[in-house]
Amino acid sequence: MAHAETHDPNTPLEYRSETGRLNILGFWIFLGAEIALFATLFATYMVLSHRVADGPALGELFEVESLLIQTFLLLTSSFTCGLAVHEMRRHNVKGLITWMAITLGLGLGFLYFEIQEFLHFIHEGANIGTSAAWSGFFVLVGTHGAHVTFGIFWVTMVLIQVAKRGLTPATSAKVFITSLYWHFLDVVWIFIFTAVYLMGMVTHNG
Amino acid sequence: MKWDEFFVTGDPMIYGADVSIVLTMVGILFYLTKYKKWKWLWDEWLTTVDHKKLGIMYIVSAVLMLFRGGVDALLMRTQLAVPEAKFLDSQHYNEIFTTHGTIMIIFMAMPFLIGLINVVVPLQIGARDVAYPYLNAVSFWTFFIGAMLFNISFVIGGSPSAGWTSYMPLASNELSPGPGQNYYLLGLQIAGIGTLLTGINFLVTILKMRAPGMTLFRMPMFTWSSLVTMVIIIFAFPILTVALALMTFDRLFGSHFFTLQGAGMDMLWANLFWLWGHPEVYIVILPAFGMFSEIISTFSRKTLFGYKAMIWSMLLIAGYSFLVWVHHFFTMGSGALVNSVFSITTMAIGIPTGVKIFNWLFTMYRGKIQFTTPMLWSLGFIVNFVIGGVTGVMLAMAAADYQYHNTYFLVSHFHYVLIAGTVFACFAGLIYWYPKMFGYKLNERIGKWVFWVFTIGFNVCFFPQYFLGLDGMPRRVYTYSEESGWGPLNMVSTIGGFMMGIAFLILVYNMYYSFRYAKRETTGDAWDGRTLEWSTPTAMPPFYNFAKIPEVTGLDHFWRQKQAGKVEKLKAEDIKPIHMPSNSGVPFIMASFFFVAGFGMVFEWMWMAIFGIIGVFGTLFYRSFEYDDGYYVSVEEVIETEKISK
Amino acid sequence: MANKTVANEHHGFPWKHLIGFVLSIVLTLFALWIALETDLSLTWILIIIFGFAFLQAALQLLMFMHVTENSTKSNLTSRVQIGNILFAAFVAIVIVIGSVWVMTAGHAKHDKDQHAPKTENHENHGGGSEHDSGEHGSHE
Repeated sequence: MAHAETHDPNTPLEYRSETGRLNILGFWIFLGAEIALFATLFATYMVLSHRVADGPALGELFEVESLLIQTFLLLTSSFTCGLAVHEMRRHNVKGLITWMAITLGLGLGFLYFEIQEFLHFIHEGANIGTSAAWSGFFVLVGTHGAHVTFGIFWVTMVLIQVAKRGLTPATSAKVFITSLYWHFLDVVWIFIFTAVYLMGMVTHNG
Repeated sequence: MKWDEFFVTGDPMIYGADVSIVLTMVGILFYLTKYKKWKWLWDEWLTTVDHKKLGIMYIVSAVLMLFRGGVDALLMRTQLAVPEAKFLDSQHYNEIFTTHGTIMIIFMAMPFLIGLINVVVPLQIGARDVAYPYLNAVSFWTFFIGAMLFNISFVIGGSPSAGWTSYMPLASNELSPGPGQNYYLLGLQIAGIGTLLTGINFLVTILKMRAPGMTLFRMPMFTWSSLVTMVIIIFAFPILTVALALMTFDRLFGSHFFTLQGAGMDMLWANLFWLWGHPEVYIVILPAFGMFSEIISTFSRKTLFGYKAMIWSMLLIAGYSFLVWVHHFFTMGSGALVNSVFSITTMAIGIPTGVKIFNWLFTMYRGKIQFTTPMLWSLGFIVNFVIGGVTGVMLAMAAADYQYHNTYFLVSHFHYVLIAGTVFACFAGLIYWYPKMFGYKLNERIGKWVFWVFTIGFNVCFFPQYFLGLDGMPRRVYTYSEESGWGPLNMVSTIGGFMMGIAFLILVYNMYYSFRYAKRETTGDAWDGRTLEWSTPTAMPPFYNFAKIPEVTGLDHFWRQKQAGKVEKLKAEDIKPIHMPSNSGVPFIMASFFFVAGFGMVFEWMWMAIFGIIGVFGTLFYRSFEYDDGYYVSVEEVIETEKISK
Repeated sequence: MANKTVANEHHGFPWKHLIGFVLSIVLTLFALWIALETDLSLTWILIIIFGFAFLQAALQLLMFMHVTENSTKSNLTSRVQIGNILFAAFVAIVIVIGSVWVMTAGHAKHDKDQHAPKTENHENHGGGSEHDSGEHGSHE
């Protein structure tokens, strides 16, 4: 149903097409489903986090330094992603691409440190099969990492489309949706930071 | 793996199934080739994004699955008809009750309802299609492929046998070795993706695609019930996705979520399963409530009584449905406080349901009731569903549940709510909207036979099971002793089961009979209906549904127009070019890759799984770069279509 | 009127983003400090750090994701977006708190103690046994 509508010239591009509006609203609702998905993983992790069998306790292996690096990389990437959308709304394609590229770089950095951390844990004798607690840890944090990985591919492809087609109602809606996705991953990380790392270290140290 | 491990062998029934599957396939291929139907199949069905066609495909699949699940049921009833029968062995019996339950819930009830929602809801809200037609096709094909993957376990690799609930540790590698349980995990996982997408799609459709003037509180009740169902789907299905994934990890990659080793927690599976499973109950019952509301209102010639109370009770149910899951495992041994809390929430959720029952009764009160077949099913629903509801409240009392738990009392209870609720609604809805889908009604005389044989058979089958349960007969046993004294009631129950089977056959015969002989509808208003789907000038709406989008002024808009004698005639000058989405083969191809990935995971052939997953992502990326804005139907074409059909 | 604010804000300096970013860093560091450097009881630490987490999530939603923004003149979309997130939060809390409660109360509690790490501190044991006696009381 294409309604011929008149737009306020200030309406952001991504809201100007019917498809764009529908897709953005649909993606918001999809994020609701993602919240339920991660909540289930958090529930599993929290039920199992004390059940370490013969393996190491979770808090025993967590390190503040690696945690902070990962957290700041992702927090900053969410900020730069917001700036990218800000530039997009000023119709500044170059600004958009630059800030998004920085976002991707920070995302890759995050992934690098996360993988390093996983390898470190595995080296210390904690892998997905060590105990229920570690299964919960790796699958929760790993699912988030997989989302970041997918996000990097996705944002890259949308940027290619922006470079090829410029900013249109269609491409800008795609950029906006990927930005929602990226911010959402940061929200999930905040809860991983709190429920997994901080709680793990607090209960371990007493 | 040797070929005789790959194919299921050794049982004459399975060989019979093998032969019939091969013969059917050959028959279909021969027919398609001989009558040059391949292109037709691809253009009209496999690539379609039309919600009406997708809906019909959902319903056809669901009827096939009803047949498969029904045969499973009859095999079980045959085995249980007499004590110590040797018809099925224990393993075979376990497989059959597992596939019966899974197929009936996931691959029969849900697609049947979603199919009807697909056909009806866009028409009811005066839309030309759903919000995301392409995604709708993805939904259907992932559901279909998930169902196929689950069903081939019958002949390749072996069926799952841990029950439709698949409790751990029974479903673990140790106690359920082989690919059977993997089929369950992957089949449901793939179909679940489709269901989640349907949830998002129809929620946005109902919120954003309504015809001008149709405010939220002017929407037909079936649309409202679909809206609430979609909300529940969106928040419940991710829980299932995770639970299935975790068990897959346990079975394939050695994690310890639900295992006995590694400090895993077997009952956590039950907890997650029912966190999804209870909302799922409402996912399959709310659309049924919506359909009965439409049908009762239509055939009582009255506006639905307590329209707003209906809506608020459904919204309450949507919230409550996430707060009662523990009543499925009261006997786990959680604390008394836990059981008490969930006992109370469970009884509380009965209240909004009771409100709805009274609303239906008051709708009929002083109405001019027409006893058509859809109406008969609705009346049968009220009576039988209340029996199921009352026994549900009995089960809700945690202390008493320790007695009913795991017996035929429970089996009877959930069949009374699921058959009298969901299955009756599927039949009622199918018959009611049949002329919208195919242009003619099902024969009413034969239809009434179906109703009576089925309803009597249903009660003969399940009412004795309450007593068997109270007498201590456990569920899921493949046989019982002579001394138990359960023989006679089981025989009665089996007779009832076969009556339901006969009713199903009469229904199928009715489809054939009506296809041959039924009078074709000449208007779009087969039942003197109240809502917009009946306002199309032709029996079957054209692919764009409405040549001109209606303007809605109130509840039961079409009915009031008819009463006032003001039904608008379409004028040529009102017609503008219509924007429609293009067909796409990508959803079908994507689902095929899902099948490859799923099949690879089932047999733990990782190369195949990875190939399939790459294929899925490939189709996603392909779609991302495809800029297809659909096409316009010209004014001339619309005028011609509308005239031809007049 | 929401549209007006959208229209106006994307021309100037992105203050909203900058404030959101600074606040999220502050909240993160503060949560870390509370968790690792203070002597508060476990319960208080959990309440505070989870409070901060929800605050930060709200910051992202409001400052970066524009959850309150409308795509058309009617305010249907923003209401749906906000309602959707609130219902998701309700479901998430039910799933997490509900699961933890159901799976660690009653008999599961004893089961959990068997699997607890050997290094578990005494404070937890104290709390645990209190609950245990409560449970036994209610069974009798």
